[in-house]
Amino acid sequence: MRASLIRILALIRKEFLAVLKDPRSRFIIFLPPLLQCLIFGYAASFDLNTVPYAVLDQDHSAASVALLARLDGSGVFERRANLTRAQDIALSIDSGRALLVIQIDQDFERNLLSGRATPLEVIADGRNSNTAGTALGYLGSVVQGFNSDWIDEHGGTPPVVRVVNRAWYNPNLDSRWTMIPSLIGTLTMMGTMMLTALSVAREREQGTFDQLLVTPFRPSEIMAGKAIPNIAIGLGQATTILLVAQVWFRIPFAGSFAVLYAGLCLFLMAAVGLGLFVSSIAKTMQQAMLYAFLLAMPFVLLSGFTTPFSSMPDVLQTAMVINPLRYALDITKRVYLEGAGFDNLLSDFIPLFAIGLLTLSGAAWLFRKRLT
Amino acid sequence: MGNWQAKWRRIWALTRKESRQVLRDPSSVAIGIVFPLMMILLFGYGISLDVTRVTVAVVDNDASSDSAALVGAFRLSPNFVVRTTRSMSEATGLMLDRQVDGILQIPSDFDRRRHADGADVQIIVNGSDANQARIMQAYAAGPVAAWSAADPSVASSGAVMVVDRLWFNEADDSHYFLVPGLIVLVMTIIGAFLTAMVVAREWERGTLEALFVTPMRPGEFLVSKFIPYFALGMIGFALCFLAGKFLFHVPLRGSMLLLCLASIVYLVVALGIGLLVSTLVKSQFLASQLAMLLTFLPAMMLSGFIYDLRSMPVVIRGITYALPARYAVTLLQTLYLAGDVDGVIWLNTGVLALMAALLILATRLATRKRLA
Repeated sequence: MRASLIRILALIRKEFLAVLKDPRSRFIIFLPPLLQCLIFGYAASFDLNTVPYAVLDQDHSAASVALLARLDGSGVFERRANLTRAQDIALSIDSGRALLVIQIDQDFERNLLSGRATPLEVIADGRNSNTAGTALGYLGSVVQGFNSDWIDEHGGTPPVVRVVNRAWYNPNLDSRWTMIPSLIGTLTMMGTMMLTALSVAREREQGTFDQLLVTPFRPSEIMAGKAIPNIAIGLGQATTILLVAQVWFRIPFAGSFAVLYAGLCLFLMAAVGLGLFVSSIAKTMQQAMLYAFLLAMPFVLLSGFTTPFSSMPDVLQTAMVINPLRYALDITKRVYLEGAGFDNLLSDFIPLFAIGLLTLSGAAWLFRKRLT
Repeated sequence: MGNWQAKWRRIWALTRKESRQVLRDPSSVAIGIVFPLMMILLFGYGISLDVTRVTVAVVDNDASSDSAALVGAFRLSPNFVVRTTRSMSEATGLMLDRQVDGILQIPSDFDRRRHADGADVQIIVNGSDANQARIMQAYAAGPVAAWSAADPSVASSGAVMVVDRLWFNEADDSHYFLVPGLIVLVMTIIGAFLTAMVVAREWERGTLEALFVTPMRPGEFLVSKFIPYFALGMIGFALCFLAGKFLFHVPLRGSMLLLCLASIVYLVVALGIGLLVSTLVKSQFLASQLAMLLTFLPAMMLSGFIYDLRSMPVVIRGITYALPARYAVTLLQTLYLAGDVDGVIWLNTGVLALMAALLILATRLATRKRLA
C-alpha cells in the first residue's frame, strides 16, 4: 500500500514537471483561461449597448417628436439617419448602418388623439435574429413608457393589469452574471480533457509509455498518476476564473465554496476520465487532440452554454446524461448565483460521480489491456 | 526549363506524401468530413437560440374567477407550462430546485383592485440564465394582453403598438444566420486546427531536418502542406453549403461565384494561421493550444456568429477587427441574407485577401529562417 502510494506520488511529480517546467507550456495552461474569461466576460453578451436606428418620420408632429426624443434619451438607441424617402430604408438596413428603421406614418398623431391603436412600423435587420429580437424588446419597453405618459397627459383608460417584473439571483438580468460562472466549467473542461489526452499521447508518440508499462506500476497507478495532476491543473484553472469573476467583474458569490469545489472535483474527475479514454484510442498527439476536440465540441454546444438546454429535442436532452459539462454548468451557476447547497444539487453530483468512476476505471482497464 | 520541371516534381511528390498521410489518418478524415456533418446536424436539429417553452409556478392568492381566467390565459399560451402551487414558499422551493423557470404571483386583492385603479401581477424570473429570463418576461406580456383583450369592460385607448418586420430573415429562423457562421467555423477548424500540428509534428519527429538536406525549397514544402488541407477545407465548405441549401432551405441571395471566392480567401487565411503557428512554435502541444486560442474560440465567440459585435465594448470590438473570422462572418452573412451589397463585400474580401497575403509571406519568411 505504502509502496503504491510512493509510486503514484513519483508519477504525479514527474507529470507536473513535464507540463510545468517549460515556461511556454506554463503560459499556455494559465493564460488562455484568464484571457478568455476577460474577453468573453465583455464580449459574450446578448445585451445590446447601442441600437443604431434610422427614422422615416412622415408625421413631424409633437407626438412623433416626443416618441423619438424618448428613444434618443434612452441611452441605448442612437439615431444614425433621418430618412426622407421610403426607398432609403433598404439602404440603411443593407449597409448595416441601422439595426432598426422606424417608420412613422402621416396620421400618427391624429390616430393617437382620436384614441385608436396606432401602428408604428419597425423594420429590423434580421441577419442576426437574436439581436433583432433584443432590439425590438428594448423598443417595446420605450414605447410602453411613451404610452403610459400619453395616457396620463391626454386621458384614456389605463391598462387594467400591470405586470411587475422581478428577477431573482440576477436583478438586472446581466448576461455576464450568467456567462462567467458558466465559463468555469466550459474552459476547464476543454483545457483538462485536451491536456490529459495529449499527455498520454505524447508518451505514446515518444515511446516512453511502453517504458512505463514495464515498470512495477500497476495500470490503476498509472491512471491515478495521470489523472491527479490534471485534476489539480483543472482546479487551478477554475480558481483563476473564479478570481476574475470576483475580483475583476465583482459578481457576488451567493453559495458556499465547499459545495462548489466538491462539484468541481467530481466534474474534473469526469473530464479527465474522458481525456484518458480518448488517449487510449489515439495513436498520435494529433489524433488525441482532434478526437478530444470532436468529443468536447458537442458537449459544449449541447450543454446549454450558449443556447437554452430546454429547447433541444428530447432525444438529445436524454442523450446528454453522459455530458459532464451539463451538470457542471448547473452546479457552477446555481452555487454561484442561487446559493444552492448539496441537497439541491444531488441530481448533478450523482451522475458526475458515475461518469468519473466509469471513465477512470475504463481507462485503467484499457492500460491493462495494453499490458497483455 | 529542367529546373522548373524538377521543382514541380518535388512539389508533386511531397503533396502526394502529405495527401496519403491525411487520408490514412482517421483523425484527419474525421475533422474534414465528420466534423462538418456533426456541426450541421447539431446546429440544424440540435440547438436553437429560441426559447420555446418555460415552466412557470403559479401562486394564486386571490382564487377568484378573474384570477383563474388569467391563469387560464397562461395555460393556453404555447410558451408556458403552468404548474399550480399553494403558497409562495412552495414556489420558491421549486425555483431553487430548478423545477420551474419563474413564478407568477397574483395578489389577494387582485379582483378588487382590478375594478378600481388596476391590479398588479408579479412575474418573477430566474435570472441565473439572463437571456432566457428576459425572453420569459417578454412572453409573459402575451397571455396578459390576451386576457385583457378578452375582457369587455376594458375600453380601447389610444396607444402606440409596434408592428415589426424582420428583413432578410422574415421567418425569424435561427438557421438563417447560423449557416453562414457554420461555414466559417468549419473552415476555421479544418484550415487552422489541422495544419497547426503538421509542421510542428515534422519538427518534433525530426523529419523536417531530414527534408532540409534534400533539394527541396521552403516554398515547395509549404505548397505541399497547403494543397491537401485546402482540398479538405473545400469539401467541408461544400458539405455546409449543400446542407444549407437542401436541408435548411436557407436562400442564397448573393451570387454563388462570390460565395466561393469569399470562402476560398478565408480558407487561405485559416491555413496561413495554422501553418504560421506550427512553424513558429515547433511543438505539437503548444501549437494545438495556440490554434485553439487564436482561431476556434474567436470564430465562435468574437465573430458575430453567436454574440453580436454591436453589444461588445469598444476595446473588444477593436480586438475583433484583428480577427479574420469577423470579416468572414460579415461577408458570408451578407452574401447569404442580403445579396451582393458591393460596399460590404469588397471591403471585407479585401481585408481578408490582405491578411492571407501577409500570413503566407510571414510563414514563408519563418520557414526560410529556420533553414539557414
